[in-house]
Amino acid sequence: MTATTTTETARTTGMSAKDALAAVHAARGARDIVITTMTPARDWMLLPPTPLDLVFVPSAMGGAPSMGLGLALAQPNRRVIVCNGDGSMLMNLGSLVSIVNARATNLVVIVFVNGTYEVTGSQPVPGAGVVDYAALARAAGFESVHAYASIEEWRSDVRHVIGAPGPTFVSLAVEPVHGQPGPKSPGPARERARRFMEALDA
Amino acid sequence: MFTGEKIAELLEQLGVTHVVTVPDSTIGRWQSAIEERAATRLVRVCREGEAWQVAAGLYLGGATPLVLIQCTGLLESGDAIRNAIHDFGLPLFAIIGYRSYLNQDTIPGDTCLIFTEPTLDAWRIDYRLVSEPAQFDEIGAHRAACGDAGVPGAILLAEGKA
Ligand SMILES: Cc1ncc(C[n+]2csc(CCOP(=O)(O)OP(=O)(O)O)c2C)c(N)n1
Repeated sequence: MTATTTTETARTTGMSAKDALAAVHAARGARDIVITTMTPARDWMLLPPTPLDLVFVPSAMGGAPSMGLGLALAQPNRRVIVCNGDGSMLMNLGSLVSIVNARATNLVVIVFVNGTYEVTGSQPVPGAGVVDYAALARAAGFESVHAYASIEEWRSDVRHVIGAPGPTFVSLAVEPVHGQPGPKSPGPARERARRFMEALDA
Repeated sequence: MFTGEKIAELLEQLGVTHVVTVPDSTIGRWQSAIEERAATRLVRVCREGEAWQVAAGLYLGGATPLVLIQCTGLLESGDAIRNAIHDFGLPLFAIIGYRSYLNQDTIPGDTCLIFTEPTLDAWRIDYRLVSEPAQFDEIGAHRAACGDAGVPGAILLAEGKA
């Protein structure tokens, strides 16, 4: 694991989730797996797809980091990047402990902190504006922890942050978007699972 | 009913690469024997819903996971099972400790005995109840049959105390 690297910026303003995802899309390596869920999944699907994208829709809410842990352990020579919602992260906080315990050095968990359950109509998540996700990750044992509220800083650091040995945790303060539909499944999940496994084999 | 060594050897024979687990007082005793096997990695998680999701990721990544939990944990795993097994169609396999089946000294009237089997049926998981040592070979046989058929399955392993 790397030494503690923490980048704190003001949390009063947030970036656009779409811009933040576009930065991940530009920075991910060709062999990297990217798992997206909730509104990050919706906005990720606006970007050009790759066979190593796992759009976790339908999901078991909260499960994306755990799915990422399994993939990271099975595919130690690939990086696995998980783009998660804050409500989903709250539903599976223990996964942060499991990830550190399993020493999944190739796993990056990015939480899009919008303070709301955007998909279900932007109700506030418990602890909105109070919970410090980077601190939670640090307390769970993550040593590579980053927090950003500025898209410029995220863009300039993203390649380095996701490329460093992990497990890595990133908290992104993003602006909530109201009144947009949630993510739609991009096709039958069984068929997508089969194709995804083929892509990993290739 | 079975030693950790016996179970660990069986899991290795079955090609299990990762055992994803939350312990109870029976299956928890197997951990050190499983950890001693080079071919099988023990993955400790914080709750059982997580175990199915980690197993799902392992399976998608080409590994051969096994979920090792107590029946109480099965009862808290519903949405994860629904998604992994029925949405994504992953043929995950589990060994599930059946609390209080052999005796109810610790928890008289344990409601696990009422809800465990109907829950496995509800999730359409093909399970075999193993309640005596002579049934040991049924564990491997059922795992192999489910593997060949590409379907999810479970062993419900009778336990005494909690
Ligand atoms: C177990 C479970 N409980 C509740 C829901 C309903 N639900 C669907 S999306 C969602 C909100 C997700 O919020 P978050 O993870 O913060 O992502 P965002 O919508 O803000 O992108 C909820 C509560 C669900 N799908 N599963």
